[in-house]
Amino acid sequence: MTFLVFLPLGLISLLGLSLAAGADDAVMYGHGLLMAAFGFLGVFWVISRDGDIGGPAKAVPGGVNYNDAVIRAGLIASTFWGVVGFSVGLVIALQLAFPVLNLDLPWTSFGRLRPLHTSAVIFAFGGNVLMMTSFHVVQRTCQARLAGGWAPWFVFWGYQLFLLMAASGYVLGVTQSKEYAEPEWYADLWLTVVWVVYLLVFLGTLWRRKEPHIYVANWFYLAFIVTIAMLHIINNLAMPVTLTSTKSYVLFAGVQDALTQWWYGHNAVGFFLTAGFLGIMYYYVPKQAERPIYSYRLSIVHFWSLIFIYIWAGPHHLHYTALPDWAQTLGMTFSIMLWMPSWGGMINGLMTLSGAWDKLRTDPILRLLAISIAFYGMSTFEGPLMSIKAVNGLSHYTDWTIGHVHSGALGWVGMVSFGAIYFLAPRMFASEKLYSLRLVSAHFWLATVGIVLYASAMWVSGIMQGLMWRAYDSLGFLEYSFAETVEAMHPFYVIRALGGLLYVIGGFVMAWNVYQTAKGRIRDERPYESTPAAPQTAPAE
Amino acid sequence: MSDHRHVDEFTGIETTGHEWDGIRELDNPLPRWWQWVFWACVVWSVGYWIVYPAWPLVSSHTKGVIGYSSRAEVAQEIKTATAGMADQLERVRKAPLEQIRTEASLREFSLAGGRSAFNVNCSQCHGSGAQGFKGFPNLNDDEWIWGGTIDAIFRTITHGIRNTEDENAHQSDMPAFGRDGILTKAEISDVAEYVLSLSGQAADSAAAARGKPLFTDNCTACHGDTGGGNAEFGAPALNNDIWLYGGDKQTLVETITNSRRGVMPAWGRHLDEATVKQLAIYVHSLGGGK
Repeated sequence: MTFLVFLPLGLISLLGLSLAAGADDAVMYGHGLLMAAFGFLGVFWVISRDGDIGGPAKAVPGGVNYNDAVIRAGLIASTFWGVVGFSVGLVIALQLAFPVLNLDLPWTSFGRLRPLHTSAVIFAFGGNVLMMTSFHVVQRTCQARLAGGWAPWFVFWGYQLFLLMAASGYVLGVTQSKEYAEPEWYADLWLTVVWVVYLLVFLGTLWRRKEPHIYVANWFYLAFIVTIAMLHIINNLAMPVTLTSTKSYVLFAGVQDALTQWWYGHNAVGFFLTAGFLGIMYYYVPKQAERPIYSYRLSIVHFWSLIFIYIWAGPHHLHYTALPDWAQTLGMTFSIMLWMPSWGGMINGLMTLSGAWDKLRTDPILRLLAISIAFYGMSTFEGPLMSIKAVNGLSHYTDWTIGHVHSGALGWVGMVSFGAIYFLAPRMFASEKLYSLRLVSAHFWLATVGIVLYASAMWVSGIMQGLMWRAYDSLGFLEYSFAETVEAMHPFYVIRALGGLLYVIGGFVMAWNVYQTAKGRIRDERPYESTPAAPQTAPAE
Repeated sequence: MSDHRHVDEFTGIETTGHEWDGIRELDNPLPRWWQWVFWACVVWSVGYWIVYPAWPLVSSHTKGVIGYSSRAEVAQEIKTATAGMADQLERVRKAPLEQIRTEASLREFSLAGGRSAFNVNCSQCHGSGAQGFKGFPNLNDDEWIWGGTIDAIFRTITHGIRNTEDENAHQSDMPAFGRDGILTKAEISDVAEYVLSLSGQAADSAAAARGKPLFTDNCTACHGDTGGGNAEFGAPALNNDIWLYGGDKQTLVETITNSRRGVMPAWGRHLDEATVKQLAIYVHSLGGGK
């Protein structure tokens, strides 16, 4: 049975070889060979494991035989891609401040490295964290082993292949020029296959559950997986020039293409970076705080309202464009109505900490999780605010947008991921505990100060930029040229790069900590003193 | 897995009775303020739909009660903005340049308009402060390749230089003395030394002496006997320390060998007459206008 897996792997190799053989361009040739290598290496890897699909780090007699090996792989991949993605971000931040760093080479120019950064942090780092945590959470909350035998491994390795094709393609100039959907048609099709298998593994595990109910984290993960599949397929509908060429043409044109793109783009934020990461919050926050979720009812209501309303909000990316007014209105009003459904997650997260606030002093992991929720609340307030047309008229096309995205991405997505990674590392590598909590605390401060520098620099720079663009003198003439606004932003670009540097250093500190934990080492350090036995807050009557 | 309700010790609230991997859920109601704010947002949105264009119908959409359209709004804003300037622009269009330069209200208006138009259209090459870059002249100094009177500046902006879009563009071509084999490398080096001496820089006097007759034969027709330049041919002065491409030996040799051929668009074809006039007034005012 196990060796049935050779059939798809063989087919993938054949497909890769035939793409390489008939390739119309060098990149397709390389990617065909990459695909063929994936199939061949897959066969050898399966043989070398001798049927061992992966078990728990420490087998518990009578316990569930969890597939934790794939989660261990996810931990390594998440940490690796995190460090890569943050570092490329620092490089492009420096390029904006000091354009000479573009090096006058096509491969290192901002235009190609920028999608490399966004895809590396969102899809490579964020995607691996989501897959890893969803595989962990669904097993634990269903008390069931991951379904599908080798399928979870196919999801893991297949996703890495997609990331490699996307990243190398960008640097070599292969892109369909859709923001956050840059990979060309063949990489998109490959991701679709991987994603459908991911969905089936997740559903299969839910099907096997021994619990009567499905835990809220799994609703969020499921919404994320299903919706991303729909968004990905529709936004990437395209006609390849030939079946052996990297180039394709998008099916939609003009304003319809723009609307489809931002329906996708905004819901990538909504369902990838919000719903998926709320799944993380709903498991790791109560586990780390050892407190019950604040309100079951709130979780139901905010889940359904979030899912229903988020999908409408995309047109707010196209205010004051060729998009018809009625669509702009709907995009804006649904974004306003989205405010409370988003905050439902923040309330449930923060209130879950009630009874555990004292732990913030002694548990830097919980501190990371708590501040991530705070940043989540802040960004999901700022988002609806910026969707209001009058505000958007000032903020759109300025650095304010970049600041908003990063307070959400670095603050919410990054911090909650770090919390989950630190939670999982000792458990998945069967280490007694994390290598160092002091280093987690250092990471917390590096990241927090980095975000504050980043976001405040971008607010000042963005609002200044917007005001300069619209400044008229008393006679009715434009006050500033574009180049003057660029010059005025320079100091803030330097501050932003400094904030980014701190965040990158934090990423490396985490990678070191995870590496040492995987080696089973424990740092000799002053332990955090647990809460004194002095009377705690009195229980409510 | 336990399916019985349980009272949380800290809050005194009952759990729902579900438990997953040790996680329980409290049976708290929805926060009242959360519900109120949510419904307030919904009510506000419904109100907005009534007022503004909102829902698509089969072949149209709801228009909203105030008949708003963002296109009409922007058209109105442009109309208001241009109406405020229309009189002044019309006066600028009709008045001769010298009158605009001397009459206070016209001058003030044109300087503001000229600066704004310069920032948008000219600063890319000439710099935000009109300080110029290599190959793009500084407009603040007294050196004018094609003439520094207000009329000459107006003509240069209107028709441009060596472009293909306007037959009245300034035309002139310096020969590529090296590339076309008119002078040898050694001769070019000598001429460059002579030009160095003309501009008061340190030069090899023997080479400069050899270069002088070559300069007289080949260069004075345009650049003048003493290298004073001639705006009629767009031939820059060579006897001062203002250089368009650079006055060091290496750059001079490069310029004499391959020639230079700077191009400027014919702005008269891209901007209206009043704007070009304002640009001329502004550029003339920058410092070196004659």
